[in-house]
This record gives sequence, C-alpha cells and structure tokens, in this order.
Amino acid sequence: MSKKVAFLQGNEAAAHGALYAGCKFFAGYPITPSTEVAEVMSAELPKVGGKFIQMEDEIGAMAALLGGALAGKKALTSTSGPGLSLKQELIGYGCIAEIPCVVFNVMRGGPSTGMPTGPSQSDVMCARWGTHGDHAAIALMPASVQECYDMVVRAFNLAETYRMPVFVMPDEIVAHMRERIEFREPGELEVIDRAAPSVPPSEYKPYDTTFGDVPPLAAFGSGYKFHVTGLNKLPDGFPTTKAEYVQAEEERQLRKVYAKVDDIVEFEEFQLDDAEICVVAYGSTSRSARYAVNEARAQGIKAGMFRIKTFWPFPDKQIKALADKVKGFIVPEMNLGMCSIEVERCAQGKAQILGINRVDGEPVNPEQILEKMKEVK
Amino acid sequence: MAYDYESRIRPGKLPHIWCPGCGHGIVMKGLIRAMDTLSLKKEETAIVSGIGCASRLPGYMDCCTLHTAHGRAAAFATGVKLARPEMNVILVGGDGDGTAIGGNHFIHACRRNIDMTYIIMNNYIYGMTGGQFSPATPTGHKASTTPYGNPDPAFDIVKLAIGAGATFVARGTAYHANQIDKLIAEAIQHKGFSVVEILDDCPTTYGRRNKYKSVVEMMNRLKDVAVPVKAAEKMSAEQLEGKILTGVLHKVERPEYCDEYAKVIERAGGNK
Repeated sequence: MSKKVAFLQGNEAAAHGALYAGCKFFAGYPITPSTEVAEVMSAELPKVGGKFIQMEDEIGAMAALLGGALAGKKALTSTSGPGLSLKQELIGYGCIAEIPCVVFNVMRGGPSTGMPTGPSQSDVMCARWGTHGDHAAIALMPASVQECYDMVVRAFNLAETYRMPVFVMPDEIVAHMRERIEFREPGELEVIDRAAPSVPPSEYKPYDTTFGDVPPLAAFGSGYKFHVTGLNKLPDGFPTTKAEYVQAEEERQLRKVYAKVDDIVEFEEFQLDDAEICVVAYGSTSRSARYAVNEARAQGIKAGMFRIKTFWPFPDKQIKALADKVKGFIVPEMNLGMCSIEVERCAQGKAQILGINRVDGEPVNPEQILEKMKEVK
Repeated sequence: MAYDYESRIRPGKLPHIWCPGCGHGIVMKGLIRAMDTLSLKKEETAIVSGIGCASRLPGYMDCCTLHTAHGRAAAFATGVKLARPEMNVILVGGDGDGTAIGGNHFIHACRRNIDMTYIIMNNYIYGMTGGQFSPATPTGHKASTTPYGNPDPAFDIVKLAIGAGATFVARGTAYHANQIDKLIAEAIQHKGFSVVEILDDCPTTYGRRNKYKSVVEMMNRLKDVAVPVKAAEKMSAEQLEGKILTGVLHKVERPEYCDEYAKVIERAGGNK
C-alpha cells in the first residue's frame, strides 16, 4: 500500500503530527502566523474523541493546556511571539510542576506586535529564558514541512519522557510554506506514552525521586489523588522552603534534561568533513545555507553546514569540536544575533564568528552567505 | 447530622496558614460538610485554586488538588474539566485573585457555563501580600496602597457573575456558617457554572486599617448587613439601604459546555 501523501503547510503538518503522537487535547488562542494549527485541530480532534478549546487569552490557553495534561491527555498549544511572551509564567509552572505538553511557536517579527506576517527567528532566547527562574528547556527547529510533522511527534515523546513543556519553533516561512509530506504509518515513528505510576494510589508521590530524575506522573481522575503547586515542593507535592529540598529539586529539574543531552540533541552535518568554513543554521535559513554551501563547493571553497535541529539544549559539544577544526563560523539568522551568542560561548575564541542578521521580514538568501564566506580569514 | 471532617482533611497538613479570626477556615468547614453531604469521591474531585490566602485551601483537602498561578484557577480548571467531564471540579480563591488578575478567566467560565463550582472568599483585600486594595474593596476604605482612602469603585461579584452568564449564583457570609455548606452543596449539584461568594473577613490587613476593633465586630457587621433574599422581598427600599442580599440569588438552566462539546464530537463522528 502506498503512503498517504499531501501538499501541506508546516502548520497543518504540525497538527497532523500531533494527532499521530496521540494528542487528545488542544487549548489555544488565535494568533498569526500559527492559527492554522488551531484550525486543523478544531476539525480533527473531535473526530478522534479529543477536545479542542479556544480560550479567552494566551495565558488562559496555557493554563487549560496544563489542566488537560494533568488530567492525563497529550496536550498541544500553538502560538507566536506575543503569545509566547504572555504564556511565560505558566510555561514556568509547567517546568516546576513537571507537566508534559507541547508548545508550537511560530516565529514572527518582534518585539511586541512587530511584523505579524513576516518571518523571524527571534524567539529562540524567549524559549530558553522567557520564564523567570532556573529551568531546563527543550526546543526543536523544523526546516521543512515534513519536519514540522515529525518534530511535533518527537516533541510529544520528549515532553512525556522528561515531564516538561517542549517547544517546536518553526519560523514563519517553514510554518506557511507548502511542501509534499508523507503521513507516517502507525509504528513508523516512535510514540512514547506517559509512564504510569508503578505504586498504588496510597503510596503515590508525584515527585518521588526514588523512581529516578523523572518520577511518574499520575493523572487526575485516574484513581490517584495528589497535590500540585507552583511553589517549591517536597516529593509529595506540598510546598517547602527547606533549603536542602529546594536546592536538590531545582538541580534535579536541570539534571533530568542535561544528563541526557546526547539523547535529546539532534543535528545534521552537511559537507563538514574537510570544511574550513562552517555555516551554523536552523529553520528556513538552513535551506539558504545548504544552497550556499553547494555553490561554495562548486567554486572550490571548503564550506559545510552544521544544521541545528535541537536548539535547546544547545549542541555545545558539537560546536566546541568544530571550533577546533574550522577557521570560521558563519551564523545566518533572522534576528540580530541570538544563535551567534551561543556559538561564541561554545567556540571560546578558537574560531572567527561572522553573523548575518536580517530582521527586515526577508529571509537570509544564499548570496549573502556566499559573500560572507569571503570574510573568513 | 454528624460530619466526617477528619477524613476529608489531608493527614499531617494542619495547622493551616490563616490568621486567628480569618473566616477562610469557616468556609473550608462548610465545603467539607457540602462534600460529605454529597458523598463526593476524593479521587473524582479536583479542587483548584490560584494564589493568595484563600487559595491555600486545596492543600488541606484530601482529594486531587491543584494550586495554580495567580488568577489562573478557572483556566486550569477548565482544562481539567474538559479533559475529564466526569470529575467534580471546585474552584476556590479570594476576591483579588478571582476578579482582578483572574477576572478574564472568571467571566469566560461564567459565559461557557462549564459545570464547575467557584467559591470566592471575599475579604475585600489582598491579604497575603499585606493588605492592598482589591476590586472588591469599598470606595473610601483604607488599604496599604490606598492610604488616603480607596478612589476605586468596587465590583459586585454576584452581579458580575450573573452578567457574565453564570447559571447559579449565591452569596453567604462567614458569620452564617450553617448556611455555607447548603449553598455550596446546591451549587455543586447545579449543572453549569455556579458561583458562591462568601463575604469574609481579614482582621489582620483590612480590619485594623478600617477601624474594626475586633474580629467579633467584623463578624457582627456581616451579621447585620446580610439579608436573606426571601426576607428582602418583604422589605422596603429604605430598609434595604446598605444591606447585602444572601442566599441563592440566581438560578437558571442553560446548555452546559462539556455537554455541548460532546455534541461537537458527535457531529464530527468521533464517537465511532
């Protein structure tokens, strides 16, 4: 039997990826350029007995999302820059209370209302540092319509595995362009469901680390009764200000992600074996970068691309290793230098770093990247 | 009837954080009596709150409890209820949490008529942060941020709830303790979004600033201003001047949100 194929937008593909992953709950608020995700979910979720709700505002959507997730559903929301800002307090709630969910954030121009229909990549730091307090972050960067589908499936797996909100962050170009995609067959992609508690309700504690750094989360309404709070808490979920608990819990919530960084971080190395110039790119910008690298190779320039697929945690180890090998990094992005900061941090002065930064609503084009290669010394 | 208070309270979680003279404990006892009367199963009941003194209530109750962020109880609870309509979902919180930062979620929960019960403990003040004025603080009264008297007009929470579409709205007071459980029980039994405002007292941050000499005086004020809605029918406008109506003030039938969403699923063919 041939595979089901379709010609879809990134946003539409993301919704179908969520359904493949077993998403049964969507809470959102209309915002350009992500609204198609909500539209598809509103049509498709009730067909599989799932629930869609359009909330009264962005933070309300994040709250309902966390409520639905706590009631045991795989839960998705979609938003864009201003909405991501408004959701931040409760993204932090999802982090500290350890509630799995997926936030699909389409990057448009900013700050504030910015350029609602223009592409951007300027939310990457907002995903990492937008909510207050120390916390880990996982953010995936699709560069194609197929990746919107596949990465949403993976985001659900990561959310359920690490018990936290996970971001998928296409730029507006990836979210709105149309490409041929394949709907995945059942079993073709891994789908991870939430680990159920192995103890009876009478013995259950929602943050019992005897079960490891990611304790199983029971669902409200499943026979388990427990307490959830945004305060620093004890293993039983109740608030504490005891220094030893607070310190240990905060450290565990970082460790649960950063100890598994090799499992989480995905990337693509393109023409990097003998490269002297490494273009570090993500999202639609990586498509221009690939074109530029091919052109450079045709001209005899030893260029390659490191494509970031997992932006957070940042691929520190890989960039550090590349810094020992290459003369220079070129970091094209649709912001005024966000990925560049991370590359600089990892390169530790061992290689030249040249940014190409556009915030005029136009993509970085291959010619700009080729031109920039001449500056690598 | 004898009520089983102890079995509804989480072992080891008392004493509570509330100040001597605060009415929140009276409301919690009323909630326990209501839950006991209705034999609500602990595993099938979620109590959801925001932030503030009143919002600490869920932690003391032995059931599924969710202490959310400031003002967001109604939105979290909407997610829980829609995901699991078979659960009993009860919201608790204060006047600042519910009508200021949470005001948008409050009115939209009323509008949706989603089958949950919201108990608002109105003590006219932000207690936990030390006594700042809330949208329920009467005009002219003193708070830590209205040292010259409050210039803001106050919400009438009952009218707000009715106007926004809640299908059951009641009001009681912390003085009329024996009425609280009956109002809450009737609210929980009502199909749709039900609001129970309990006029409460905060002797620590509100009473002292507003010349109440004692908790007893604050409680006596609640006793004096409250007029049961039935009794009010026989009173003149002059007699009702300065009084506050208590009891079940609004009760209508209207389609409930989760039921309506079940019809959406039906129309989409999702029940196959």
